[in-house]
Amino acid sequence: MTLKQVQEGIVNSQVWKSIFRVGIPDTNRKRVLAVLGSLILHLHPVKVRRSGVRMSYTWCMGGTSFFLFLVETVTGLLLMFYYRPTIEYAFTDIMDLREQAPFGIMREMHRWGAHAMVIAVWLHMFRVFMTGSYKPPREFNWNIGVILLVLTLLLSFTGYLLPWDQLAIWAITVGSNMARATPGAGNEGPMSSLIKLGDVPLIHAGDDARFGLIAGRSIGAATLLRFYVLHCMVIPLAAGFLMAIHFWRVRKDGGISGPL
Amino acid sequence: MSEQITPYQVAPKTPLAGSAAAEIREQGEITRRKFPVVLTTAWVALTAAVGGLASILGRFLFPNVLFEPVQKFKAGLPNDYSVGEVDERWKDKFGIWIVRNEEQMYALITICTHLGCTPNWLPSQNKFKCPCHGSGYYRTGVNFEGPAPRPLERAKISIDPADGQIVVDKSVQFHQERGEWSSPDSFLKV
Repeated sequence: MTLKQVQEGIVNSQVWKSIFRVGIPDTNRKRVLAVLGSLILHLHPVKVRRSGVRMSYTWCMGGTSFFLFLVETVTGLLLMFYYRPTIEYAFTDIMDLREQAPFGIMREMHRWGAHAMVIAVWLHMFRVFMTGSYKPPREFNWNIGVILLVLTLLLSFTGYLLPWDQLAIWAITVGSNMARATPGAGNEGPMSSLIKLGDVPLIHAGDDARFGLIAGRSIGAATLLRFYVLHCMVIPLAAGFLMAIHFWRVRKDGGISGPL
Repeated sequence: MSEQITPYQVAPKTPLAGSAAAEIREQGEITRRKFPVVLTTAWVALTAAVGGLASILGRFLFPNVLFEPVQKFKAGLPNDYSVGEVDERWKDKFGIWIVRNEEQMYALITICTHLGCTPNWLPSQNKFKCPCHGSGYYRTGVNFEGPAPRPLERAKISIDPADGQIVVDKSVQFHQERGEWSSPDSFLKV
């Protein structure tokens, strides 16, 4: 058997054909079919504008944000194998992740990746603003992006508590105090003092918005577990869902940036 | 050859009469007149279902049992505290300083009014000093330096008539800037 025969044998086999249905994509039509017929490849558009791949125009900050989200997902998943969100273990598990777990840099990557992601998201937003890419028909996607920015910041905020050191506890104490000022729902917020039965206030430190957020009157074990679940499940799932809409709308609203 | 059926070929249409579709039409057809009622019922049901789920979800986030120190505790007899002292024995457990001077005793809540950190009592400088951003308070709880916008809060303090012990209730708080420190519940005469 010659090499060519072997090659043809493989390419004509049922296994090969079941995976690569289009064959060698040697024409434009086949290339389109190959991309659209693959779950992974179809995430990227078949064709992009020339301006869309110019680094000086896009800064690639949207792509960098997504890449960093993937980095955070992978490193975060690995950290979950060692980290336990209880007050007995949280701090020592963080120390062990640095000193005892293989590749102690994993936690540092997660931490620095988080900082980088916040910066990348801001720069992405800045670029979109400066190029006017928020204008119709992209105004809906701008709003999705604003929510994604908030989710990015909330991911950083919830992740900040997990090391359970003094910095974490007091940062979340200070940060969550903002919820006290929620109008009508925080015990120090405007209008909250009006909500009462006779002399008994209905909005107080034991049932207001901050209480619901941190599951207590002060930061404690329940807060740690709650922020862990928010950090590892709730916010990433919400962000993933909105990112899918965000990327889809980029294409439906006339392709990646550039003049319409 | 003509009997071969392609996947796209559909069965020939039969008249409605006598069919299942015709029965539904005769018995329960949604007429123009019925349609608004059906639509309203559907929307009310959907709203109730979604609203019910949302309120269950919201309520679920508010725990019934808290694993944190109680808000109301007994702090011993007044004579356990010496005059002119800021007592720190309940600071870690309940977040309370009990201060006694010549005329009265009061319970200060150990939460800085700036952003909620816990200040330190510095006896040598006769002041409370917050380590986070440097707010300073006199031993009365009144702020005099740093970013704190108002004095520390005082908790309700009373004497249990049964055993003469001090009872501190953190769930009732007195703000100086609202003039509440003159309230008889905010201090003990000694």
